[in-house]
Amino acid sequence: MTPLAAYLLVAALLFAIGLAGALVRRNAILVLIGIELMLNSANLNFIAFWRYGPHPEALTGMMFAIFSIAVAAAEAAVGLGLVIAIYRHAQTTDLDKMNRMKG
Amino acid sequence: MTPVFYVIAALTIAGGLAAVLLKNLVHAALAVTVAFGGLALLFLSLDAQFAGFAQILVYIGAVAILIVFAILLTRGSDLPQDGVFSHTWLIGLMIAAGVFSVLAWAVLRSVPALPHETAVPAVTVHDIGVALVGRYVLPLEILALLLTAATIGAVIVAMHEKDGAQ
Repeated sequence: MTPLAAYLLVAALLFAIGLAGALVRRNAILVLIGIELMLNSANLNFIAFWRYGPHPEALTGMMFAIFSIAVAAAEAAVGLGLVIAIYRHAQTTDLDKMNRMKG
Repeated sequence: MTPVFYVIAALTIAGGLAAVLLKNLVHAALAVTVAFGGLALLFLSLDAQFAGFAQILVYIGAVAILIVFAILLTRGSDLPQDGVFSHTWLIGLMIAAGVFSVLAWAVLRSVPALPHETAVPAVTVHDIGVALVGRYVLPLEILALLLTAATIGAVIVAMHEKDGAQ
């Protein structure tokens, strides 16, 4: 197996774990953690393809990963702010209990 | 593949699995920090020093702390009485397993086409900095705007409600 394939398999496994966490857990914060894991595994793919791609000096994969890290940080801030706002309103972070769209 | 890669990959996967499976949210936040650290080590093993240290700074330094703050502010460390998994957990697990099998199948099918070991790219932080303020300056500015808007938005969303309920 080539090193690139090994990195891609690790990223695929991490993506699946994050997806499972986002779909299976009931706590909204755990769902956000799962989404972060999925974003991170995508970053690993970018870096791996940058490293083993034909033109690493063009820095495309590296730049995409850096911008992705920054966007993920903004997403985490807004997501956790939303969780805190919902907790203040509904006194729960259990997603199974948040089953109405009326405030 | 070197043994170091297997150790780091195992650490990362174990951290991710523990984050998803652990019942106590504080333990899950610590486990996801381990996974973030393992990913940073994977970046370093891929000769991407800048991305690796950015990962440590942003994820372990900021996102993990943010998650811990959110857990404490929502009393997430109390264990729920009726289980931590959603009642549709089986469907979610099947979807995740299906996604992994498709991804792994695609990777394994394309192994003959993937490149073998290549020379270490000679990229310094200086090159990255020049690229950031040269070719990628517009995305960088948009990103700065996005981060400002997201920070202000997060503060406004998380502020107390106006009707004085709290």
